[in-house]
Amino acid sequence: MKHIKTLTGANLANSAVKGGCGECQTSCQSACKTSCTVANQQCENK
Amino acid sequence: MVLDVNSGAVHTVDQLVYDVLDFYPEKDKHQTASLLQGKYKSEEIMEVIGEIDQLIGQGLLYSKEKYLEHEAFKNKETVVKALCLHIAHDCNIRCRYCFASQGDFKGERTMMSADVGKKAIDFLLNKSGNRRNLEVDFFGGEPLMNFDVVKEIVAYGREKEKEYGKNIRFTMTTNGVALNDDNMKYINENMHNVVLSIDGRKEINDYMRYTVNGEGTYDVILPKLFKMAELRNHENYYVRGTFTKHNLDFAEDVLHLADLGFKQISVEPVVATDEHDYAIKEEDLQIVARQYEYLAEQCISRKKEGKEFNFFHFMIDLNQGPCVIKRLLGCGAGAEYLAVTPEGELYPCHQFVGNDKFKLGSVIEGSLDMSMHNEFANAHVYNKESCNECWAKFYCSGGCHANAYNFNNNIYEPYKIGCEMEKKRIECALMIQAKLMEEE
Repeated sequence: MKHIKTLTGANLANSAVKGGCGECQTSCQSACKTSCTVANQQCENK
Repeated sequence: MVLDVNSGAVHTVDQLVYDVLDFYPEKDKHQTASLLQGKYKSEEIMEVIGEIDQLIGQGLLYSKEKYLEHEAFKNKETVVKALCLHIAHDCNIRCRYCFASQGDFKGERTMMSADVGKKAIDFLLNKSGNRRNLEVDFFGGEPLMNFDVVKEIVAYGREKEKEYGKNIRFTMTTNGVALNDDNMKYINENMHNVVLSIDGRKEINDYMRYTVNGEGTYDVILPKLFKMAELRNHENYYVRGTFTKHNLDFAEDVLHLADLGFKQISVEPVVATDEHDYAIKEEDLQIVARQYEYLAEQCISRKKEGKEFNFFHFMIDLNQGPCVIKRLLGCGAGAEYLAVTPEGELYPCHQFVGNDKFKLGSVIEGSLDMSMHNEFANAHVYNKESCNECWAKFYCSGGCHANAYNFNNNIYEPYKIGCEMEKKRIECALMIQAKLMEEE
């Protein structure tokens, strides 16, 4: 493509297929304790 | 940069695409072309529309979603998988902004007994269903003030996890004052992660964090925290600070910690209502936003110079982050994650402790108020009106319930100032990724 460059085509819909196992870290336990970012957690079921 | 909210796809685009997207696909291609006539050639506009159509066809732009109806979401079993143990409702320092009321959570200064701690482990093992990976955080007050009990609980957990076929990850949050060679050795052998509190520059840290005698903690803790980071090979730890209205130039605090050699850094905004002199208010948001942008630029330039560090809120993996099911549910407080007081009472999270209205059970009795548990489990992005239309909903997942309650008296109504700061952080995180990927 000339005008658009796709940096990531990561499709969240695909992540739902194997998703929801719940084995990943609870968001608030890691380093925040007062604010919440979930997207920086790691998947345990790659 | 263009983010397709529902798919998570990220694209960099030229100005022409930006302008076309102002109209297309809401208006058809001929209408779009005529609206932009004079600014661009018709064939260029059609070329861009062709590219946009291609991405729409691939589900990478204007994608639709039905996650709420997805089987993985509907069938998700909500079990308790993480506990925050308030091992000590007492603290060896005083912090101006402490939400725990300087360690006692507005109650007596008390310590958790080993018996209560063991019952908490039993509770977790019994309520965690099929979940294998469990988490137990030692929190306070200051957990090092009750360290023998920490050790007893860890030993018990290690014994019991085998019996139940589970994997417990222990973590600890400490102000670092009482760290010594012995407890550091133990922590490094037994704790999966450790959060070490320091706010940044000496004068900033010492204004907010001081001993009972009023002396700043910086000089005491810094060598200990650095030794801890070294012993942990600069992995699986965070130095964590809080910034307030008194240091709105907080990027300097993050960079100060990076200059000291720390590699895993989290510095985040204080959460305080307007009557506090250190509270961050709406009028401060512009300065805060500029600081995040400056910090993001620094992250990029330092990475190029080989002096990279991780800033917790800028860490977003565009290719392999958490699944969308996790992203709908957020932090898990009150549902997957509960806090336990020294007396064994359960609360939705550490920030609700002390508010009797939110007492939702007891590890001594093994009880859990399922109606409150369900209320928290249902506090996902689709049930929060202001999240529905927000582009950041799959990154922050609806924000912090405690903040929502503290500001709006409603866990379903997010804390607006927090949202604005979070959106800026995500924007910066995406920008960092985009710039680094573009240059690769």
